[in-house]
Amino acid sequence: MDKLNIDQHISQQYNAVLDDLKTEFLEMGGIVEQQIIDSVKAITKLDTELAEKVLSIESKVDDREMALDDLCVQIIARRQPTASDLRLVMSISKATRDLERMGDEAKKIAQMAILISENGEMLDGFGELKNLGRRVQQVVSDTLTAFARYDVNTALQIAEEDKAIDEEYDIAMRVLITYMMENPRNISRAMNITWALRALERIGDHAENIAEHIIYLVKGLDVRHKTISEMEEEVRPEK
Amino acid sequence: MNVQEAIVENNTITDVNDIKETVGIPLVENAKMSMRDVDVFYGEKQAIFGVNLDIGVNEVIAMIGPSGCGKSTFLRCLNRMNDTIEICKVNGQLHLEGQNIYDPKLDVVPLRARVGMVFQKPNPFPKSIYDNVAYGPRIHGLAARRADMDEIVETSLRKAGLWEEVKDRLHQPGTGLSGGQQQRLCIARTIAVSPEVILMDEPCSALDPIATAKIEELIDELSENFTIAIVTHSMQQAARVSHRTAYFHLGKLVEVNETEKVFTNPDHSLTEAYITGRFG
Repeated sequence: MDKLNIDQHISQQYNAVLDDLKTEFLEMGGIVEQQIIDSVKAITKLDTELAEKVLSIESKVDDREMALDDLCVQIIARRQPTASDLRLVMSISKATRDLERMGDEAKKIAQMAILISENGEMLDGFGELKNLGRRVQQVVSDTLTAFARYDVNTALQIAEEDKAIDEEYDIAMRVLITYMMENPRNISRAMNITWALRALERIGDHAENIAEHIIYLVKGLDVRHKTISEMEEEVRPEK
Repeated sequence: MNVQEAIVENNTITDVNDIKETVGIPLVENAKMSMRDVDVFYGEKQAIFGVNLDIGVNEVIAMIGPSGCGKSTFLRCLNRMNDTIEICKVNGQLHLEGQNIYDPKLDVVPLRARVGMVFQKPNPFPKSIYDNVAYGPRIHGLAARRADMDEIVETSLRKAGLWEEVKDRLHQPGTGLSGGQQQRLCIARTIAVSPEVILMDEPCSALDPIATAKIEELIDELSENFTIAIVTHSMQQAARVSHRTAYFHLGKLVEVNETEKVFTNPDHSLTEAYITGRFG
């Protein structure tokens, strides 16, 4: 008997619509990634023009989110997806929400950039913001790549990296609290930086959520609310 | 990369000759029917290869697979309907509550009362609605008095969800009913002899969606009292009505698992390919 071709649906249209879904998700991911990059740049360089650009893109991200939701509903209604197709639609439906939230956090960072630059003064805490910003940008980029490649190993690394981001966030917060105690007059400005740090930390959390969706998509395993070692054990039981 | 390539990376069995053993949970503890090493031949041609499967008490098990995969052939072994085909030969052990149903001394008539069957096309007898349901109990001598028979007919029609629709015209011909009603009449006829197992061979393929929904609702209710094995071409139907789903492919039983698992994360790449519509 011939080898079966099980990579493709009998229905070419079904293949096409699932490909579209993935492509549109990754395009939305690209927009949000750029928003994050720009917002970090805006706040670390106090570039209000760039911050305004980040704010203006918000509605575009919202539109993408709604279009993707609509596409997921259409596929469920018309195709009744099962197994990996079902998991793809469900993962994208959920991950889209995480992307949209990432965009919201980028918006917050941009707003803080505008507020801080209105005060017109550089403050301590920018170093922490830069470092965390760099890490978060990287993890978002890795997340989108892992989704594009259905890469479970990278997804696991993202979950680990999110823990590292959380720790770095805690350290940065301690630095800023010390700074606020030493310079009580600058508390309101320092608060703006802590909000931006918080937004970055949240973006990391959303990246981890998407990593969990990738594991669900590829392995059919629900690894939410699990520790890293539990996740690894489930995903790679033989090791 | 295609998601399929990512998923089947470690499960590259795509050829039926590579299928050695059924994956998943083909065997259960409280088996109503147990089948072991079942081979079926039509003359020289082998249609079923070494199937091992248990059907649990009050379980609804769905059998799915592409045309010619042997699911109907296998179903028809379960009450020896294949005996009617002269060239058909069944090997292996098939037991109903420990009793060998292929025992040459076994009378198939009471067997088929215990293991009833509903067919693809509704096939009421050219008799009244009442007589269609009363036919089985009558030949099996289940009702001594007219009142007993009336009760069996009413109970069976009620269980089949047809009583309210036909109670005022019990003596009109069964063939005058709509397709969906006829199929429920056939189900009433099957349950009138108090079977333990009901086999259904694509019972909804000739019915519209409303009639299908009624039969599916009925399957759910019947599973409280009966064990049901259903062959269906509709994967959504298998997903809706069954507790476990068995996937057949070219005469082999590839996978049996909880239905929820089969339709969200099947163990075998062939099952995955079939239920997602990927055979090419």
